[in-house]
Amino acid sequence: MNDTPQHTTQHTPDHAGLEAQIDQWRGFVRRRRAIAAPDVEEMEDHLREQVADLQEGGLDDDEAFLVAVKRMGNLDDVSREFAREHSDRLWKQLVLFPDETTGTGAGAGTSLGRFRELGVLLALAVAAGIALKILVTSTDDEATILLNAPFLVLPFLAGYFAWKRALPLLTAAALMAAAGALALVVDLYPFDTGDPADPFAETGMTVVLAILHAPVVLWLLVGVVYAAGSWRSDARRMDYVRFTGELLVYLALIALGGMLLVGLTFGVLSLVGIDFEPFLGDWLLPFALPGALMVAAWLVEAKKSVVENIAPVLARVFTPLAALMLVAMFVALLTGGPLDAVDRELLILMDAVLLVVLFLLLYSISARDPLDPPGIFDWLQLVLVGAALAVDAVALTAMLVRIAEFGFTANKVAALGLNLILLVHLAWAGRLTLGFVRGTRTFVATERWQTRYLPVYGAWALIVVVAFPPLFGFA
Amino acid sequence: MHIDKDLVAASATPLVLGILADGESYGYAILKRVTELSGGRMQWTDGMLYPLLHRLERHELIEASWGTADTGRRRKHYTITPAGRAALAERQEQWTVVADALKQVWQDLSDGATGHPGLAGPRTAEGWA
Repeated sequence: MNDTPQHTTQHTPDHAGLEAQIDQWRGFVRRRRAIAAPDVEEMEDHLREQVADLQEGGLDDDEAFLVAVKRMGNLDDVSREFAREHSDRLWKQLVLFPDETTGTGAGAGTSLGRFRELGVLLALAVAAGIALKILVTSTDDEATILLNAPFLVLPFLAGYFAWKRALPLLTAAALMAAAGALALVVDLYPFDTGDPADPFAETGMTVVLAILHAPVVLWLLVGVVYAAGSWRSDARRMDYVRFTGELLVYLALIALGGMLLVGLTFGVLSLVGIDFEPFLGDWLLPFALPGALMVAAWLVEAKKSVVENIAPVLARVFTPLAALMLVAMFVALLTGGPLDAVDRELLILMDAVLLVVLFLLLYSISARDPLDPPGIFDWLQLVLVGAALAVDAVALTAMLVRIAEFGFTANKVAALGLNLILLVHLAWAGRLTLGFVRGTRTFVATERWQTRYLPVYGAWALIVVVAFPPLFGFA
Repeated sequence: MHIDKDLVAASATPLVLGILADGESYGYAILKRVTELSGGRMQWTDGMLYPLLHRLERHELIEASWGTADTGRRRKHYTITPAGRAALAERQEQWTVVADALKQVWQDLSDGATGHPGLAGPRTAEGWA
């Protein structure tokens, strides 16, 4: 397109081959992060001038191109020079609204699309806030609020993904029906929420369990939306695991920032004698909490291919530390006082420990290249899982003795059930990892096991929410 | 002729500034001018010119602007700034000092090349050891 007429007559009739070579070279340069798009353009202009001059000197397209590229120098060295000059380019920057003028290959449509997406998201966040606000104004009962809040907030998050993934209407309807049915069940159950007249009344165990487990069921339903209905796919499930991890990290960061701002506002307003607390509880929290969740979800979506995932990095940092912690716990449990006096708190703590181990395992796996050969980190994970199982075995034996002695309560059964589910998950994962480091199994088997097992947690949570209250008399 | 990397790096800035002091130019033309000035004996790695131009631009010694070439392609043109001219003058003084000193050294060398102990090679070195 830039060929002057004299070139077309002097040399080959068209320079398709040369253009293809230049295209390839441009693609090659563009992959260097330190070299920005305008720099590539500048260098391409240089290359074309050089080629044209060499052609004048009698070289053909191929020869001219080769010489010109050779003179341009080693791209690694050039890229390093650019990096020294523009070190900021090596830090991946999240561009939420791609700027068309920088010509990063993203057209105006992308930017507009992003704005529209943000608009939809903010509208959904406000709607979720209004729903939560209505709930908070309509009842004072804390248990009812906690029980219903996830049912009012998560559908809006699901709505965002349904809109983004263009979820089939039938799937959406089925999911809505499932969530709605669950909401009906928990609201119609005659839970013991304590005597309303007694300000210090203790709420029943089953309602607390339902409050804790219903969000897990809902979260898996959101996962179906996230996977655009193809929830059977292992890859989509792993994507959802990654999404969840990043979301938690972002939520934590947003929460920290929010707390800082609220704290500062609180401090300043209290100095001038304005009580910030009513506004905070009545208006700020009902809107800020779902808002934070939605914005975090949007950020994770926007940055997933731009910024390195942080959850796997944290998992890598904490895996050795957690292994040490578990070994210390194991020694303490064996040498410490008699275990026959332990309460169910030990069981709940053990569940928490196993969950942490599971998270470490899951997020390390989520970021691992399945084709890499086994390395030292895989051994470390094996140690981690082994130590976790050993600690849990000791604690579980003690607890089983206690339960056999004093009988079952809803709390104990829930904690025990989760413990057993985690135990099976980790034990089998440990077995697969052992096979992998020994070279008898592929890593894909380990990865698949993680994603295949996830629905078990949903099923268990559903049992705790739906079956436990009647079984234990709504106590 | 191969010229040492450090020497190329040290001379690049005054060369580029000097060429731009003659009038605005762009990357490829600057390189061609360098080749011309050195009679083809100084060959830069073409790609390295651009990070250098960016550095000079960041230090506000030169200014860049996008224009259009005859071929219709976008092209980045560079012009020297007053600060660049000042820097060039300063560099010129420095190089004059270096060049004068070197000239004397070359002179001394060609005067006493035969009898000078320091350049006689391993035989004298043995005598010192």
